[in-house]
Amino acid sequence: MDVPKKPWKKVLVIGSGPIIIGQAAEFDYAGTQACRALREEGVEVVLVNSNPATIMTDQEVAHKVYIEPITVESLVRVIEREKPDGLLANMGGQTGLNMGFQLAQSGILERAGVTMLGTTPQSIQQAEDRESFRSLMYEIGEAVPPSGIVETVEDALNLLEEIGLPVIIRPAFTLGGTGGGIANTREELREIAESGLRASLIGQILVERSVTGWKEIEFEVLRDELGDCITVCHMENIDPVGVHTGDSIVVAPCQTLTDREVQTLRTASRKIVSALGIVGSCNIQFALHPERLEYVVIEVNPRLSRSSALASKATGYPIAKIAAKLSIGYHLSELTNAVTGKTSACFEPALDYVVIKIPRWPFDKFSEADRSLGTQMKATGEVMGLGRNIETALQKAIRSLETKVFGLLLPEFAELSDEELRLNCIKPHDRQIFCQAEALRRGWPVRELARISNWNPFFLECIARLVRLSAELTAQPWQEELLRQAKYLGFADAEIARLWRSTEEEVYRYRVERQMTPVFKTVDTCAGEFEAVTPYYYSSYDQEDEGKVSTERRIVVLGSGPIRIGQGIEFDYCSVHAVLALRRAGIESVIINNNPETVSTDFDTADRLYFEPLTLEDVTAVLEKEKPEGVIVQFGGQTAIGLAKPLAERGYRILGTTVEDTHRAEDRSVFDQVLQQIGAKRPRGAWATTAEEAERVALQIGYPLMVRPSYVLGGRAMEIVYEHSELQDVVRRAMQESPGQEIWMDQFLIGTEMEVDAISDGENVFIPGIMEHVERAGVHSGDSIAVYPPQTLSSATEHRIEQLTIELARALKICGLLNIQFVFADGEVYVLEVNPRSSRTVPFLSKVTETPIVGLAMQAILGTPLSQLQVPQGLGPLSGKIAVKAPVFSFSKLLQVEPSLGPEMKSTGEVMGWDYSFDKALFKALLAAGISVVTHGCILVTLADRDKLEGIRLMERFSNLGFTIMATAGTAAAAEDRGIQVECVDKLHQGSMEILDAIREQRVQCAINTSTHGRLPASDGFAIRRAAVDRGIPCFTSLDTAAVWLHMLEQMLPSIVPLAEDRRVVQIPRFGVEMKE
Amino acid sequence: MPYVVLQDGSVFAGEPFGYWPSGDCACQGEVVFSTAMSGYQEMVTDLSFAGQILVFTQPQIGNYGWHSEESEAVKILVRGLVVRELSAGEGSLHAQDSLEDICRKQRICGLKKVDTRALTRHLRHYGTLYGVLATEAEAGLAYWRERNGDAAPEEPHWVYQATCREPYEIPGEGPLLAVLDFGIKYNILRLLSRRGFRLRVFPAGTKAEEILACHPQGMVLSNGPGDPAGLPEIAANLAELLPRLPILGICLGHQMLAMAAGARTFKLPFGHRGGNHPVQDLRTGRTTITSQNHGYAVERESLRGSGFAEAYRHLNDHTVEGLVHEHYPVLSIQFHPEGAPGPEENAVILDDFVELLHAAHKEKEGDGRA
Repeated sequence: MDVPKKPWKKVLVIGSGPIIIGQAAEFDYAGTQACRALREEGVEVVLVNSNPATIMTDQEVAHKVYIEPITVESLVRVIEREKPDGLLANMGGQTGLNMGFQLAQSGILERAGVTMLGTTPQSIQQAEDRESFRSLMYEIGEAVPPSGIVETVEDALNLLEEIGLPVIIRPAFTLGGTGGGIANTREELREIAESGLRASLIGQILVERSVTGWKEIEFEVLRDELGDCITVCHMENIDPVGVHTGDSIVVAPCQTLTDREVQTLRTASRKIVSALGIVGSCNIQFALHPERLEYVVIEVNPRLSRSSALASKATGYPIAKIAAKLSIGYHLSELTNAVTGKTSACFEPALDYVVIKIPRWPFDKFSEADRSLGTQMKATGEVMGLGRNIETALQKAIRSLETKVFGLLLPEFAELSDEELRLNCIKPHDRQIFCQAEALRRGWPVRELARISNWNPFFLECIARLVRLSAELTAQPWQEELLRQAKYLGFADAEIARLWRSTEEEVYRYRVERQMTPVFKTVDTCAGEFEAVTPYYYSSYDQEDEGKVSTERRIVVLGSGPIRIGQGIEFDYCSVHAVLALRRAGIESVIINNNPETVSTDFDTADRLYFEPLTLEDVTAVLEKEKPEGVIVQFGGQTAIGLAKPLAERGYRILGTTVEDTHRAEDRSVFDQVLQQIGAKRPRGAWATTAEEAERVALQIGYPLMVRPSYVLGGRAMEIVYEHSELQDVVRRAMQESPGQEIWMDQFLIGTEMEVDAISDGENVFIPGIMEHVERAGVHSGDSIAVYPPQTLSSATEHRIEQLTIELARALKICGLLNIQFVFADGEVYVLEVNPRSSRTVPFLSKVTETPIVGLAMQAILGTPLSQLQVPQGLGPLSGKIAVKAPVFSFSKLLQVEPSLGPEMKSTGEVMGWDYSFDKALFKALLAAGISVVTHGCILVTLADRDKLEGIRLMERFSNLGFTIMATAGTAAAAEDRGIQVECVDKLHQGSMEILDAIREQRVQCAINTSTHGRLPASDGFAIRRAAVDRGIPCFTSLDTAAVWLHMLEQMLPSIVPLAEDRRVVQIPRFGVEMKE
Repeated sequence: MPYVVLQDGSVFAGEPFGYWPSGDCACQGEVVFSTAMSGYQEMVTDLSFAGQILVFTQPQIGNYGWHSEESEAVKILVRGLVVRELSAGEGSLHAQDSLEDICRKQRICGLKKVDTRALTRHLRHYGTLYGVLATEAEAGLAYWRERNGDAAPEEPHWVYQATCREPYEIPGEGPLLAVLDFGIKYNILRLLSRRGFRLRVFPAGTKAEEILACHPQGMVLSNGPGDPAGLPEIAANLAELLPRLPILGICLGHQMLAMAAGARTFKLPFGHRGGNHPVQDLRTGRTTITSQNHGYAVERESLRGSGFAEAYRHLNDHTVEGLVHEHYPVLSIQFHPEGAPGPEENAVILDDFVELLHAAHKEKEGDGRA
C-alpha cells in the first residue's frame, strides 16, 4: 500500500504552560515526544510555552522555541511571524486544546492558512460541549447519566425534579474539574453550582445524576484517519466513582472486570471515538455498575491527558509519539512498535505485571487544607509502582510517595476510635487506604468494609493479605520463610524493620545473607511475546533476571520522584540534562525514577530506565545490578540528595560534591564555621528549647525574627515574628508542632533577596547569572517573582555576591552545581543558605542565559576542569535578555488553604516572560501567570499596621490611575490623611459581610491584603484572601508583588486626568517599588 | 516443591493448586502461553486448549471468580494451568465458584507463584515445548529422561474428544445453518443464533452426505484443538462440501478448509494466543485487533492453485489470517470473530458471511428460475 504524502512543512505546537493542579509534567512528556516525532518526519517544529522548566522548550527538541504567555494574542503573533501550515494543540493539555479551539473559532487559523492537525475543532467542540456530546451519545446509543446543562443556579435547582439527588456538578471547559462537586442537598447544589459557573470558561455547568459508588474505568484510545483504532490500555480506579480520577488510586490493567465487561466498554470506546472522528489520542471514562453489566459514559478527553501519560508509562507504548504521527496523516498499520523494533504499532499492549498509580497530594504543605477528595482534583503529582502482583505494585507506589511511610499501617490511625475509623473508611480522603488497612487490622470483615466504602472486595482482600502478613511478621521476627513471603508481596526492608523493631540496615543484611534479592523484568508492551529492544525495567522477587548488564562505562542518575510543592518539574529537567550530558560524554546513563508524568521516565531518554521507588533499598538493588562507576544525586532535588549519605555508607560512590561537603553546607554549626572562615555574614540566630529560652534569644537578636521548628509534620513550619507580643503565640505553636524539639530562631532581615546558581569544579567557579527577587526576604524564593539580571543592585553588591559565591564553592569543595540565596540588607550581603545541588531556578537561568548549566556541571563532575571549557570565570556576561520568573499557584483548587505568601513555599509551578526591557518581561510573566491587566475598577486594601505607610503610597498611585479604593477603617483613615479618596467598609468581625459581598459581586478587581498573619481561618484577612482567590481576582499578600503589578499597569495604562489638575507628582522608581538600597 | 519441567530440561518452580493426582507427574501437555489480559474463564473453557498446559502471562488470575454464563463449553479439556497469582475470586459478589474450586472439581492441575514471564520468554525463544507439572523437579526431569525428551503421542486427535457426541439443534426463525463442531466455543453459536439462524451442530466426523441431507443454507466450521494435519479424513470430507455449500471457517475450521483445497499448514514457533493481534484486511487496507488461539497456520505458498486467495494478514509475522475462495462463496479466518475473550468488532465477519449466504441463495434461486 502506498504511504500517503505527509505535506506538513512547519507545525506549531502549543505547550500547557505552568504546572498547576490538574495539569502537571505529563504535558512536557507529551509535548516533547510529539515534537521529536514531528522532527523525525522532517517537519519544522515551532513551540510556544510559558514554562521554562520543560524539556520541550529546549532548542534540541523544537526548531524554534517561543517562551511566551499562552494567550490568543501571543499565539496569533507567533503564527503571523512563523507562518506554520499546521497546528498541534492536543499535546498541551486542556490549555493547549482550549487555545487551539479559540484560534479556530475566531477564524484566525483559516485566515492564516493553518490547519489544525489531528482531531478537528468540530470534533473538539462535540466532545467538550456537554449538550452536543450528549446528543451525539444519544444518537449512537451510548448511555450518559440523566442530566441537564444550565447557565444559572436557578435552572440548576429546577433540574432536580427531573434528575433527583444526589447530583454531580461539572463545569464545561475547565482544568482538573475546578469548581465541580457532588451535592446531596439543594443547598449544596446551590453552592457548588455557583462556583462551577464561575470556573467554566463558557459559563456552563452540567448537573447530572451521580453514579457515585460505581466502578470507574478508563480507556485510552488511539485512532487514525482511516478509522483504525486501538485501545492502548484500560485502567480501573481502586476507589469508586466520586473521586476525581486524578485523585484516585488507579490500577492497570482492570482487575475486577470480566472479559465481557472489558469488551463491552472497549467496544463503546471505539464507537465513541469513531462518532467523534478523533484522529490521535482520546481518553474515555466510564462508570460501570458493580453488580450488573450497565455503564454510563462520564467523560471524554479528545486529547493527550494525564491518563494517557500514565497509560504510556504503564504499558511502554509511546502514545504521544504515535498520536503525533497519526495527526500528520500516518495510519496505525504503517507504524512500528518502537519497543520491539519490528512488530506493528497497531496492536494493544499486553501487560504481564500490575501497575498502580497513587496521587501525590500537597497536604504535607497545607496542613489546614480540606483533605477530603471529590470531583475537584487536589494532587500535584503522582507516582507509579510496577509489580508482578497487586501488593508489590501498591507497596512500591506507597514508598515512592516519599512521605516517610513504607507500609500500609500508620500508627496514627491505630489511635482512632472505631466510629472515627468507620467514618474515615467511608468518606474519600487522601489516606483512606491506610484507614482501610487499619480497619482490616482490627478484624473488620472485607465484605463489610466493601459495603460501606464501595471499594471492590478484591482490592480490600489484597490489603488484608498485607495486614495479616504484617501481624505475622511482628509475631515472628527473623523468620526466613516469612521474610521471603513479605518480599514477594513487596514489603520494604524499612517496614519489616519497623515490625521487627530492628533497623533497616539489619534487615537488609539478614536478607542479603540469605540471597533474597530481586531480579529485574522488562516492560515490553507484549508480555514477553516478542523480544524488546527498549531497556525499561522494574524489580520483582522472581526466578529470572532479564536485565542486560553492560560492559561499558556507566553512571546512575537519581531522579526526583513525584511532582510536589517545592520539588517540581525543574528537577526532572535537570535529571534529563544530566543523562544527555552522559550520552555526549560517551558514558551509558541509567536513570531511576517513579514519576510517570515525566520525560526522564521515557524509555528512550536514558540508556536504561529503572522504574522504581527512590528509597535506599530500591536504589541499592539497582546499583547491585548495574555496578556503575558512580551515582549522581545532585539533580534529583532533595529526594536524591537525601539518599547520598546512606548510599555512601553502603559503599557506593557518589559523584560530584562529596557527602561530607554536602553535610558541611547543610549543618548549621559546621556551616557557620565555613562562613567565618571566608568572612561571610549570615543572619544571627540561636536554638531554643523552652519558651523562656525563646524570649532570651529574641531579646538577643531583636525583631523581626524567624522561628523554625527543627522537625515538623505538616506545613506550619516557619513563621516570622514582628514584635514581642506575637512571640509567645508563635513559639507555643512551634513547640506544639514538635514537642521536645528545638526551634531555631534567627534574625529576619528585611531586604532584597538574591539567588545564584553556579557551576564549580572545586576551584574554578562559573556563575551564569544573578537573580533578584521582587519580594523582599520573607517570601519563599520559590514563591517570589525573580528577575534576571538584577534591577536594583549596585555593581559593588553584584561583585560581592560573585566573590562570596566563588569562595563558598571553593570552601565547600563543590563539584557540580550549587545554589546560594543571599539577602542584601543594611548595605551588607548576607548568606541565607547554600544548596549544594541543582535548584529550581536552573532551567530558568539556563534558558535566559543560553547556558547549558547542567551539561557544564556534568563535565565538572566527570572530571573536566572548568578552565578547560569555554566558560568565563566568575560571573558570566549579561545575556542581553531580561527575564522574569513568576510563580503560579493552585489555590483555587485547594479550599481552605491560606493564600498568603510566607516562608513556606506554596506555588505549584512557574512561568517565564522575557524581553529586552524589564517592563515588557514583567508584563509577559504576569500575563503568563494569569495575573491579568485590569484597566479600571476598585482595589480593596487591608493593611497590617507595619505596612500602612508603604501601602498608602501604592494606594495613591492606584488612585492616580483612576482606580477607586476600598478599605477598612484603619487603612482608610490613614489614606484619607494623605488626601486619597477611600470607600470605607466594615470589618468582618464587626459583623458585616460588606467586603465579602463586594468581592463576590465582582465589585472588586484586586485585593491587597497584608493583615493578620495569624493564619487562623477565622480571621478577617483569611476570609478576604480566600474570597478573592475563589473569585479568581488577583490577591496580593506582599506589597512588593502589588507594587510590580501596579508598575506594570502604570506602564500599560494611559492616565485619566482632567487638564490642568494640580496633582502631586509621584516619583516612580525604576523597579516599581521604593529603592531598597 | 512442584515445578513445570519442560522437555528440554528447564524447570520453573511454583506452588500447587487445583487437582493433583497421586504420583510424581500430574500432567503432561504442550505448554503454551496466552497474552490475553482478561477472560481467564473463557480460556479455561476453550476446547482449543485441549491437552495443553496453559500459561497466563497476565499475573493476576481468578480475580472475579467463576460465573457459569462466562463459560465457552461445559467440559474442560485444558490439562494444566500455570499462573503467577491466583485469587480466590473476591472481586465479584455473585461468583458461583472460584477458579481454584473449579480446578479441583474438574480435575485440572494448577501451579501458581511461577515466574510465568521467564517461562513465556523461554517458550518464545525455543518455541513451544511439551512439559509436565511435577511434584519435584527431579521427578519431572526423570520423566523426560525416560522418554528421551519426547512427548507421548496425542492419540486419538483431540478434536474427537472436544466435539459433540451427537448432532443437536438450536432452534431459530431463520434458515438452517450446519455447524461442524471441532470443539466449538459457545459464543460462535450465540452470535449465529443472534443473527436468526436455526443451527444444526454436527460432530466433527460427520460425513458430507449426512450434512447435505438436511439441506442447510450454509455451513460453519468451528475452532478446535490440535494439528490440522492430523485430520486428513476431515479434510477429505470437507473437499466434498467445499463446492456445494457456502462455508465459513474459523480457526481450525479455516485450516481444515485450506487443507481441503490442497493447501498445507505449518506449526508456528510459539503460536498466536491472546487478544491483541493486528490483522489487516488486504482488500480494504483496514486493520483490526483480533482474538487468536492457534499453534498452526496456513502456508502462503501452498495456496497457489487451491482456489483460495489470501484476504487477511497478520501485521506482526505476516502469516495468513484469512482466505476467500475465488469461485465459491467460502470465507475463512484464522482468528476469532466471536472474541470471548477478546475484541468484539470482528463479529462483522459473521455479517459478511450472512451477506455471502444471501447472495449465494439469490443466485441459486435465480438459477432455479432460469
